[in-house]
Amino acid sequence: MRSPLRPIGEAFWSVRWPLAALALLLAFNAAFTPGFFALEVRDGRLFGVLVDILNHGSRVAIVALGMTLVIATGGVDLSVGAVVAISGAVAATLVAQHGAPWPLAMGAALAVSLIAGVWNGVLVTVMRLQPIVATLILMVAGRGVAQLITDGLIITFESPPLAYLGNGSLLGLPVPVAMLAGAFVAFGLVSRRTTLGLFIESIGDNPPAARLAGVPDRLVVLLVYAVCGLCAGAAGLIDCSYIKAADANNAGQLLELDAILAVVLGGTSLAGGRFLLFGSVIGAMIMQTLTKTLYMQNVSADIAPAPKAIAVILVCLLQSPVVRERVRRMRGGGGA
Amino acid sequence: MESQAAPEPQSSSAAPRGAGVAPVLLAASGVSKRFGPVRALDRVDFGLRAGEIRALMGENGAGKSTLIKCMTGVYAPDAGEVRYQGRAASVGSPREAEALGVSTVYQEVNLIPHMTVAENICLGREPRRRWLGGCIRWRRVREKADAALGRLGVDVDPGREVASCSIAVQQLVAIARALDVNARVLILDEPTSSLDRDEVARLFGVMRHLRSQGLGIVFVTHFLEQVYAVSDSVTVLRDGTLVGTLPIAEVPRRRLVGMMVGREVEDHRPSADANAPGGPPRAEILRAEGLAKRGMLESVSLRVEAGETVGLAGLLGSGRTETARLLFGAARCDGGRLRIAGRDVRLRSPRAAIAHGIALTPENRRTEGVVPHLSVRENIALAVQARRGLRATLSGEESRRLAERYVAMLRIKTSSIETPVGQLSGGNQQKVLLARWLATEPRLLMLDEPTRGIDVAAKSEILRTIDELRQRGMSILFISSELEEVVRVCSRVVVLRDRRSIAELEGGELSEAAILNAIAEHQPANGRPGGGDA
Amino acid sequence: MATAVVLVGVFAAGAFRYPHFASWAVVRNLFVDNAFLGIAAVGATFVILSGGIDLSVGSVMAFAATLIASLVERHGMHPALAMSVALLAGLGFGALQGALIRGFRLPPFLVTLAGLFFARGAAFAVHPQSIGIRHPFVAQTLNDTLSLRFHLGAKIMTIPCTVFLLLATFGAAWVALRHTRFGRSVYAIGDDEHAAGLMGLPVARTQVGVYAVSGLCSALAGVAFTLYQQSGDPAACKGLELDAIAAVVIGGTLLTGGVGSVLGTLLGVLILGLIQTLIAFQGDLSSWWTRIAVGALVLLFLGLHRGVEGLARRAAAGPDGRG
Repeated sequence: MRSPLRPIGEAFWSVRWPLAALALLLAFNAAFTPGFFALEVRDGRLFGVLVDILNHGSRVAIVALGMTLVIATGGVDLSVGAVVAISGAVAATLVAQHGAPWPLAMGAALAVSLIAGVWNGVLVTVMRLQPIVATLILMVAGRGVAQLITDGLIITFESPPLAYLGNGSLLGLPVPVAMLAGAFVAFGLVSRRTTLGLFIESIGDNPPAARLAGVPDRLVVLLVYAVCGLCAGAAGLIDCSYIKAADANNAGQLLELDAILAVVLGGTSLAGGRFLLFGSVIGAMIMQTLTKTLYMQNVSADIAPAPKAIAVILVCLLQSPVVRERVRRMRGGGGA
Repeated sequence: MESQAAPEPQSSSAAPRGAGVAPVLLAASGVSKRFGPVRALDRVDFGLRAGEIRALMGENGAGKSTLIKCMTGVYAPDAGEVRYQGRAASVGSPREAEALGVSTVYQEVNLIPHMTVAENICLGREPRRRWLGGCIRWRRVREKADAALGRLGVDVDPGREVASCSIAVQQLVAIARALDVNARVLILDEPTSSLDRDEVARLFGVMRHLRSQGLGIVFVTHFLEQVYAVSDSVTVLRDGTLVGTLPIAEVPRRRLVGMMVGREVEDHRPSADANAPGGPPRAEILRAEGLAKRGMLESVSLRVEAGETVGLAGLLGSGRTETARLLFGAARCDGGRLRIAGRDVRLRSPRAAIAHGIALTPENRRTEGVVPHLSVRENIALAVQARRGLRATLSGEESRRLAERYVAMLRIKTSSIETPVGQLSGGNQQKVLLARWLATEPRLLMLDEPTRGIDVAAKSEILRTIDELRQRGMSILFISSELEEVVRVCSRVVVLRDRRSIAELEGGELSEAAILNAIAEHQPANGRPGGGDA
Repeated sequence: MATAVVLVGVFAAGAFRYPHFASWAVVRNLFVDNAFLGIAAVGATFVILSGGIDLSVGSVMAFAATLIASLVERHGMHPALAMSVALLAGLGFGALQGALIRGFRLPPFLVTLAGLFFARGAAFAVHPQSIGIRHPFVAQTLNDTLSLRFHLGAKIMTIPCTVFLLLATFGAAWVALRHTRFGRSVYAIGDDEHAAGLMGLPVARTQVGVYAVSGLCSALAGVAFTLYQQSGDPAACKGLELDAIAAVVIGGTLLTGGVGSVLGTLLGVLILGLIQTLIAFQGDLSSWWTRIAVGALVLLFLGLHRGVEGLARRAAAGPDGRG
C-alpha cells in the first residue's frame, strides 16, 4: 500500500540534515536575535526578517535548482553569475532604451540566457571540455557582454510589470517566492514524470553504465546546461526588477558560489548522481539565513563571507568519503 | 597434482638453458595470503634463477597478481617468506623491492605521457648538483637514459615525447626505467596484451637480450604461443595453489591448458552419438566476418541464429569481451563486416546496437553495469526508458509493475524494489542487469561472464533462466570462462584464441575436452603484416 | 608557439594603428601595471600544471595587502617584517588549502572557492577600509632607491622594484619547474597522477606544495600591489584569479595539467596587458571589451589545445593504423 503522502514524507526524510541545520540556525536566532521572528502585515503583504530571507533566498534557490541538475551529471556551472548580469542587462535595456513591451523584454532576456546555457552545454558535450573550464569562459567573458549591452552604465527603468517581479507580492508573499515555488514544482514534475531525472542520475552515478544502457548522455547534458542558463536568466530578471535597474558590474556577483554551496549543503554530492531539489532549496535558505544572522549579529557584510566559508568547508568535510569511511570504521570498531 | 613443493633452490626451478649453477635471484616459499574469507594464495613456492625467463600462468583468480604483489612488497604475505638473492627480507613497498633488485612493469604502461623518454627513465631519481639548490643535471639524465636504453639494445630517441611513441616503445621505456635501478629480476605483468605481432617479437628480442645478461624475468601472460616462444619454464597457479613448475620443453600445450583449467584434456573426441545438428534452418540474427580492431581483436567470425544459444569460449585475454563490445557498438571496429538480420550495419554507439535489438550485460558489473545509487526499479527500467527516449516515459505505476514482474520472474532477492542496487549481492545485481535488458525484449542478448563472482545457487538459477529464454525464442551469445557452463548452455560454441576465432563446435562434437583441444592444438596463422613503428 | 605569435600580432597591430604605441613608455607601463598580476599568475601556473585550480588568488592578495598596511600603519611594525608576516600567512593558507584538497579528496575548485570567501572576509576583518602607507621604507627605500633610472634621450624612465620582483619570481619559478625534482613532479602529477604515484613520486607532498606555492605567490603579488598602490585595500583585486587563470591558459598551459611553461604565462600576462593598453589607446572602446577579448582568447587557446591533441593522437596512431 502506498499512501499518496509517502513521497512527501520521503522528500522530507532525505533532507533531514539540511533541515536540522536550518532549524538549528533558526533556534539560535530565536534565542539571541531579538525581532528575528517578528512579522507584520502591511497593505495585504507580509513583512519581517523571515520574509526577507525567503525573498532573497528564492533568487539563489532558483539558480540552485538549475545548478543541482548540472552537478548531478557530474559537472558544474561557474557562469551563472555572468548570465544573471546578461539577462538583467537585456531586459532593462530593451525596456528603458528601446521602449519594448515588458513581455518581449522578459522573453528576450530568458532566450539569451537559454542560449548562454546551450553554449556551455556545447562546450562540454561537443568540445568535451571539462565543465569547470567550459563555463569559466562565459564566466570571464559574460560580464563583459553584459556591460557591452548596457554600455557600461547602470540602466534604470520605469516599468511597473517588470518591477513587480522583484517587488510585488502574491498571496501576501514576495513574487520571487511564488516563482521559486513554480520552478520547484516544474522541476519536480519534469524529474518525476519524465525520464530526464533518471537519465541525469544514471549519468552522474556511473557514466559508462549509462552509456551502455543506451542513455542519450550528450543530449541530456546539453539540456541540463541549457536549463541551468534559463534558471540564471530568471534570477537575473528578479535581480534587475528588484533594484529597477541593470547593474552589469555587480548583478549576480559571487552568485555561482552561493548556488553551488546551496546545492552542496542540500545534500547533492559534487561527484554527481542522486540529486535533491528540495535539499537545494533548503540549502539556499540556509545560506540566506546564515547571511542574515551574521548581519543581525552586527557582522559586516564584507566580513560575512569568512564564517560562511568555514561552515561550507565543515559541511564538505562531513560529506567527504575519507571522513565517512573513518566514521564508519570507528563505529564498526565500537560495535565489534 | 604435480606440485614441486620443495622451497630449496635446487629443485624449485627448472634449469635454465646452458646454466650450470645459476644463482637463485628470487624465491618464495610457502607464501599464503588471505583477503577476508578468500584464500588468494595457499602455500605457494616459487624460485627464479639468473638468466631464466619464467612464464607465470593461470586463469582469473588463480593468484598470479597476488603472488607478484607479495614478492614486490605491495602485500605482506600472511605466511611464508620471500628471499631476494638468497637473503630473506620483508619489504613494505615496491620501492624497497626495487632496492633489492626486483622491478615490475605493469600491463597499463605507467609513464608520464608528455615527458620525454629520458625524463621518464630518470623521473624521481634525476642526478642533481650538490650546489645550486639541487638543480637537475640534464646532461647526466640524458647519459643515464642512453645507457639504460643501450642496455636493452633498443634504438629510441631519448628526446622523444613518450605520448608520441607506440605502446610497444612505451613498454620498452618502462622496462628501461625498471632496469635503471640495477634490477636483477624483472617482472612483466601482461606486457603483450595490447601489442601486435611485430611489437611482441621486438619485446621478445629485448627479453632474450636481458636473459643473456643474466637477468631473471617473470613473464605473466595469457597467450599460449608466447609462452612457448620465449620462456624457459612455466609456473601454473590455480585457485591460489601451485599446480606446478616445469621446463617449457617438457609441457605439451594440451597438458598446459589442462593444468590451467584443472582438468585433464583427453586426447580423443567424444563419440558422435550425441544429438546431431539438424532441424530446419533458422533465420540469421547476426553474422560477423573478420571483425577486428587494432590492439583489441584480430579477426573474429561468428553467426547467431534465431532461438539459439551460441557460446564464446577461450582463455582469458583471447578476445571474448572485446568481441561483445564490438558487437554492441561500445567500441568501433576498424575491420571486418557485421550483418544484423541480413543487412550490413556499422554500429557507432550502444544506442545504435540497442535500436537493432541487441543487448549486452557487460563483464564488469560494477563499473559498467549497475548504477549503484539508483533503485532496483530504476535500474531495471533504465534501458527501456533510454530506448523510448526522453518524452515517452513509463509512468511510475508501469515501471513499478515492470520491476515487480522481473523481480518475481528472476527471483531477485531485495527488500523492496526501491532498494539501491549497490546494496544487493553480486548475484542479484547480475539478475537486475539481466532484467534491465530482458525488459527491452531484445532479439539478441549478449551475456559477458554473467556468473562471475556469484554464489553457486545464483549461478544455476541464472543458467536456468538463460535456458528458459532460449526456449522462448530469444537468441543468446553466452560468454564464460567456465567451460562446463558453456557446454551446458550452448548449442554451438565459437572458440577464440589469441584474439582470433579458431574453431566452431556444435552438436555431438561439443564438449569441454573438444574446446580445450581446439585451444591447445590450433597453430597460429602466420604473422600478418602489421606496420608497427619498430 | 601560438602565444608569442599572438603577442607580437597584438603589439604590431597597436604599433600600426597608433603612432605612440611602439614606445619604451608603453612597454615599461606594461610591466609596471601588470607586475602583481604576473606574480599571481606564476602561482596559478604551478597549480594548473599540477592539474588543479586556485580561485582564492585575488582574495589572498587583498588580504596580504590589507594585513601589511594595517600592521605598518596601525601597529607600527616595520614594513619588511610586515611583508614577511604576510608572505608566511599566504604560504600557510595555501598549504592548508592543499592539505584539505589532498587529505580529504575535496575538489580543488570547491576548497579554493571557500578560500576565496574566507580570505576576502578575513581581509575586511583586518581592516574594513583602504589604508594608505606612509612609512618611509615603502615610499622611499623600496619605491625610490630600489628603482632603476634610465636616460632615454631627454626623458628619465624609472623602473620600479616591483618589475624586478616580477622578473625574479618568474626566474625562480622557471628554475624550480624546469630544474628541480619538485618541478618535474608537478608536471608528472598533472599529466598522469596515477602513473606518477606508481613511479614513486611524492604525490601528496607535491600537491600540497603546489597550493602552498600558489598561496605564497598570491601573497607576494599582494606585496607588489601594496608597493604599486602604496596602500592596502581589502576590496582590491576582485576577480583577479580569473585574469591569472586566463593568462596561464593563453600562455599555452593545458588546464588539465602536465603541459605548459611559466615563460608562456609571462607572455600571457603581457598579452592581457597589451589588450588593455590597446583599448585604452582606442579611447572610444570601453574597458569591458577587455573581458570579452580575454574570454575569446581563452576559448581560442582551449580550442587550439584540443585540436593539437587530436592531431597528436592521430599522428601516434597513424602509421600503425593502416596495418
